[in-house]
Amino acid sequence: MELKVLGQESLPNAAGGCASSGCGGSTDQLAHLPEHIRAKVHNHPCYSEEAHHHYARMHVAVAPACNIQCHYCNRKYDCANESRPGVVSELLTPEHAVKKVLAVAANIPQMTVLGIAGPGDPLANPERTFATFRALTEQAPDIKLCVSTNGLALPEQVEELCKHNIDHVTITINCVDPEVGAKIYPWIFWNNRRIKGRRGARILIEQQQKGLEMLTERGILVKVNSVLIPGVNDEHLKEVSKVVKARGAFLHNVMPLIAEAEHGTFYGVMGQRGPTHDELQALQDECAGDMAMMRHCRQCRADAVGMLGEDRGAEFTLDRIEEMEIDYAAAMEQRKAVHAAIEANREAQRRKSGESFVSLASLMPKKKELRPVLMAVATTGGGVINQHFGHAREFLVYEASAQDVRFIGHRKVDLYCSGGDTCGDAETALQKTIRILGGCEVVLCSKIGYEPWGELEEAGIAPNGEHAMEPIEEAVAIVYREMAEAGLLERPVEQPTRASA
Amino acid sequence: MALKIIESCVNCWACEPLCPSQAIFEAHPHFLIDARKCTECEGDFSDPQCASICPIEGAILDAAGLALNPPGSLTGIPPSRLAEAMVEIQAR
Repeated sequence: MELKVLGQESLPNAAGGCASSGCGGSTDQLAHLPEHIRAKVHNHPCYSEEAHHHYARMHVAVAPACNIQCHYCNRKYDCANESRPGVVSELLTPEHAVKKVLAVAANIPQMTVLGIAGPGDPLANPERTFATFRALTEQAPDIKLCVSTNGLALPEQVEELCKHNIDHVTITINCVDPEVGAKIYPWIFWNNRRIKGRRGARILIEQQQKGLEMLTERGILVKVNSVLIPGVNDEHLKEVSKVVKARGAFLHNVMPLIAEAEHGTFYGVMGQRGPTHDELQALQDECAGDMAMMRHCRQCRADAVGMLGEDRGAEFTLDRIEEMEIDYAAAMEQRKAVHAAIEANREAQRRKSGESFVSLASLMPKKKELRPVLMAVATTGGGVINQHFGHAREFLVYEASAQDVRFIGHRKVDLYCSGGDTCGDAETALQKTIRILGGCEVVLCSKIGYEPWGELEEAGIAPNGEHAMEPIEEAVAIVYREMAEAGLLERPVEQPTRASA
Repeated sequence: MALKIIESCVNCWACEPLCPSQAIFEAHPHFLIDARKCTECEGDFSDPQCASICPIEGAILDAAGLALNPPGSLTGIPPSRLAEAMVEIQAR
């Protein structure tokens, strides 16, 4: 273990307790966190799984320069029609970025968070990043600011970050061992030189860990992002999870590698594959013993706008925002009212689903082991089932069991290929959707057409449009109960359902 | 003696703030180096700063027209493999 480098001999054992959403019937994976942390993430769609149903975020691309190279990144930011991390269509000056944020916040009142995430590293562009933050702190005090960094320049920027009252930082940490790091980072730029290989990786790791500690000491929440690269850091990420938790990170987000040859990245060109749904979830489950895991990340574009999983960026291009007249004082009043309504709605949903969990458990007290079931849900947000099957570009996957309803992850339908050899040209959109829903037994949506209905049934996935506009977790619990009552859940389990999501 | 930025530059801004001579400036379609100001960092740094942070192979040339970061040197992708991948992609 390379921790000696960092001056720490041993790590405390992972604290017990529950990190999953289902614990105690709570619907929020962050339920185990102290109150002051929960208050900070309550409205943050990227941190709180529950909040992401209700609140929107936006990113502004003001920080194009980077001080390291990652093998999964190609710093071209002009690809049209692509949605993947690091890709943007418009690089903004800080002035334009501020204008855009005010325009979006006024037009999408659910927007609570502004993040700077790249392309490039925000802290390798401190002037542009902090100019943006400074102006927003002044002009839009009701918007939370956050930043995502590779960590190399983090220690030297922590003081400046604290000045701007930023309470969340995301650090991408893919390894804590320079041997592994050398396979992910070909070089870093450090002290006016390019440093390659293991030496560079070692410096990066030291800076990341130091920055993480400095932030948590100052009460700033740190989420750690890790890219799961099969054969490179898959096993190692369990160690990463332990180490970053010990240093105070409150949430770990393991994301699948995206590597297509046409992206021109090292991994893409060299044929490195991304993980399967199974591999990603298995690893998330293993790390979950150590800390809260994030499962709703959509790996959004570096200039994404709107709810997670959607992108309304096209409504707010530079020429469009130039024409908008924004009265931010009025917008702030409206935002306040919208947020209050969202909170009232959340509270009502929480009470309601609390009741349904109780009745779910009490209805089946003496039955034998019921197997868990995966269900897919089509939603545009709000925490309710409100999307037509054919319009869904992604499905949220929940696992229902006799104990609880647990959010497992999301599956994108057509944004990019999710891997697998079965993906060929002859496959229709519907066939692809059905393949992506593999392992799910029910799909809940507001409506569904006749043709997909038949094909889904044939594939062993029951379409269900009976719970339109109902809260997701409640509907999942009801459907599970109905399946139990119909005796569908007692047959022997062929393979563990949880592993197939 | 002066370095030169060529068209493969993606305008990522990484080099501009590092130049000790303020020789690099934003231009279209790509950044440029003012040959009268460029010192190749001599007297300031042991390595030319722009070439040391540039992520794009071949985008910065020396006075003799040679790439300071030749193909394969930054990404680790062997040039032959890259050519193969391009052929594969175009054949789709």
